[in-house]
Amino acid sequence: MSDFVLAHLRALEAESLHILRETAAQFRKPVLLYSIGKDSSVLVHLARKAFYPGKIPLPLLHIDTTYEYPEMIEFRDRFTAEIGAELLVHTNDRAIEQGANPYTLGTSKCCSLLRTRALVEGLEAGGYDAALGGARRDEEKSRAKERVFSFRDRDGRWDPRNQRPEIWNVYNGKVDPGESIRVFPLSNWTEMDVWRYIELESIPIVPLYFAKPRQVLVRGNTIIPLESNVKTLPGEEPRTVMCRMRTLGCTPCSGAIRSEADTIGKIIDELAAMRRSERENRVIDHDQEGSMELKKREGYF
Amino acid sequence: MATGASLTLDHFLAPEGEKPLLRISTAGSVDDGKSTLIGRLLLDSKQVWEDHLDEIGRSKVNRASRGVDLSLLTDGLRAEREQGITIDVAYRYFSTPRRKFIVADTPGHEQYTRNMATGASTAELAIILIDARKGFLAQSHRHAFIAWLLGVRRLVFAINKMDLVDFSEEVYEGIRKQASALLVHLDGAQADFVPVSALDGDNVVELSARTPWYQGASLLDLIETLQPPAYAPQFRFPVQLVIRPHLDFRGYAGQVASGRVKVGDEVVALPSGRTTRVKRIVTFDGDLDEAFAPLSVTLELENELDIARGDVIALAAAAPKLARRIVANVVWMNEHALAAGATWLLQQGPRTVPARVTKIVHRWDVEKLEALPAAALQLNDIGQVEIETAEPLVFDSYRENRSTGGFILIDPITNLTMAAGLIERAARLEQRRKSRIEFESAAITAAERTALYGHTSARVALAGRGEIAPLAERALIEQGAHVFLRDRDDVAVDALTGAGLIVLDTRPGGEGGIDAQGLSADPDEAVLELIERLRRAGVFLDHDAVQPGEGI
Repeated sequence: MSDFVLAHLRALEAESLHILRETAAQFRKPVLLYSIGKDSSVLVHLARKAFYPGKIPLPLLHIDTTYEYPEMIEFRDRFTAEIGAELLVHTNDRAIEQGANPYTLGTSKCCSLLRTRALVEGLEAGGYDAALGGARRDEEKSRAKERVFSFRDRDGRWDPRNQRPEIWNVYNGKVDPGESIRVFPLSNWTEMDVWRYIELESIPIVPLYFAKPRQVLVRGNTIIPLESNVKTLPGEEPRTVMCRMRTLGCTPCSGAIRSEADTIGKIIDELAAMRRSERENRVIDHDQEGSMELKKREGYF
Repeated sequence: MATGASLTLDHFLAPEGEKPLLRISTAGSVDDGKSTLIGRLLLDSKQVWEDHLDEIGRSKVNRASRGVDLSLLTDGLRAEREQGITIDVAYRYFSTPRRKFIVADTPGHEQYTRNMATGASTAELAIILIDARKGFLAQSHRHAFIAWLLGVRRLVFAINKMDLVDFSEEVYEGIRKQASALLVHLDGAQADFVPVSALDGDNVVELSARTPWYQGASLLDLIETLQPPAYAPQFRFPVQLVIRPHLDFRGYAGQVASGRVKVGDEVVALPSGRTTRVKRIVTFDGDLDEAFAPLSVTLELENELDIARGDVIALAAAAPKLARRIVANVVWMNEHALAAGATWLLQQGPRTVPARVTKIVHRWDVEKLEALPAAALQLNDIGQVEIETAEPLVFDSYRENRSTGGFILIDPITNLTMAAGLIERAARLEQRRKSRIEFESAAITAAERTALYGHTSARVALAGRGEIAPLAERALIEQGAHVFLRDRDDVAVDALTGAGLIVLDTRPGGEGGIDAQGLSADPDEAVLELIERLRRAGVFLDHDAVQPGEGI
């Protein structure tokens, strides 16, 4: 009997659909953490497939730091309305009122308040027992050992000693009240897989990913697109550079890269040639050695 | 969005003859250079991002005797980086133009058996690292055994540090011979032996000039081209979710665990045993005529059956087994030891049932491959147990089907996963059911025989399919039936059925009984189908058997 074999993106897709369905079935109140980035966009697309012909049975939660690019917010609102998804937005209002920002606090502390804290509070406020995210294992060393179903204690914290062995594709999602699971359906996808899938499925993504001439501030190796909430330093002059974002973060802290890639195809070619890690331009990862791991122990994704 | 137009399988298929995604598990001790080997594969296939290399150069810890310490690429958490030991299953990704690889990298220490089992559970190939200076040690033996136990049938032994034994062919051959002594016991395993130097790169990606006597492929070449075993042939579809957006549609969403299904196929839902036909195979991109493993689809059936999450849909002609008592091998994964009598939750795919371990049959001495008596199983022990469940399990033996033969045990109080279980078979009752025959001189009736034997008599007309008779006889006897294979005319069928036997009649002619028309050409499938026919005809009385239309 001849044996049908799936193309590798279809095999990854099938696995992710299985994980999404398990999440919807096992948990009382799951939520999808939507960061508007390319991984989130793939995740939402997969969610549409998983529950078809029904609608996505869980809300999309965006943790808004208020420092996001306006293009991202606009895309978020338009796209979620188009697909009929339920969008929830949460901000750490208290920290914002107290003037939290990366310039005075430093990126480590600012992220801690506006991302980590906001995330933990947003999840608690909603009483969610499972949160789906687009994180992948190839993104960073500390994520290589992450499970698909990652247990978080009552304080939203991750302890490497506290995780459950994950055998076959059998996921143990049992939690007690207050505890939760982070679910990562894209665990086995690489950055290249994500882009190829976006191309294969024509998934809409934020225009920031595509190259175009932009007003930027050049600081050493880092190019920061000029937005209303980016402060220029004394003596700094904005320049016009053909660039795009390889990964999205907050405006003051995310660097763009010089690029001519203005289509998905060109982005993929560029990626294949490129050797710089996705996170090099997200300044926060270089604060301390093993910084991502510290943030995870604190509860950041 | 789909409008009901049909989608073809081309939408999902890989190019002819290719298998573009391969899952690998790697095992080996810290000192064997496994991390260095993986680091070399990542580096030479250009998957390492340059700034990760920079960071390692900057890092305080650098243990290599020369060059960049490649093992630091794979060591993750901070504590480990300083100790130089990996403590968990780490997943690495790299691809070549031909294939994408998912590597489950596990530690080599004996106390990480649970990690190895976890990594091997989804693998199609295992790379087992051996230090050429040390030879085929007990730990290599353990790694190979665990991979094989968890269902990996392609084993690649990477004999590393060949640079330290002068690339000696004699050393290589010696290790091959030692390994072969184990491999003889690992049913169905296919082994390759590659002499490498992870540190210098010999035979990892490129063939080395320093091993002219080696006739095989480089490690990367080997893993890029080999074809691992396919999914099991029987159609199995564990239902994850019922999708009911409105009254006119009820679909069962799940991932095809094995086999294939077509629109129009007659299927059975277990454990209820109700049958119907497949009406539609629905996906977001359109309807399919056919689905196969591991596609995730939604099935719409012709009849509205009461199917819920956890039920298994299979082809009516080749259904899985049902039992409330099973024998299974388990890998114990928790510090809290297992003792008989303990109760757990048994999770098999989307299905969870309460379960009790009624007996610890034995513990495996993995190194000597011996079964030893045991009163308890400790963390990292592998043993065989009998388990009783509150509801019948729908299963295949793990050896036949990795998807439907595996389960995990969960502690209902701590919610922790305690063990991985691999189903061997249904447990046979140790004692015969209590006889209702009283000691008096009245003749024994057919009903009494039936009650005692657990089945009615039956004649199975196997003329024309004689070749499956011995297999059917064995299968039936193993289920506890009393069977006779009639291959001579001078034994009367009446006399045999009168004695309460199931007669497998390979002689032509004769009337009545169970037909063998239309059974599968494949002997194993034919026997499964035959037993199902007997079951559906009401021959078996075992309370674990399924009668169509009855719930349990």
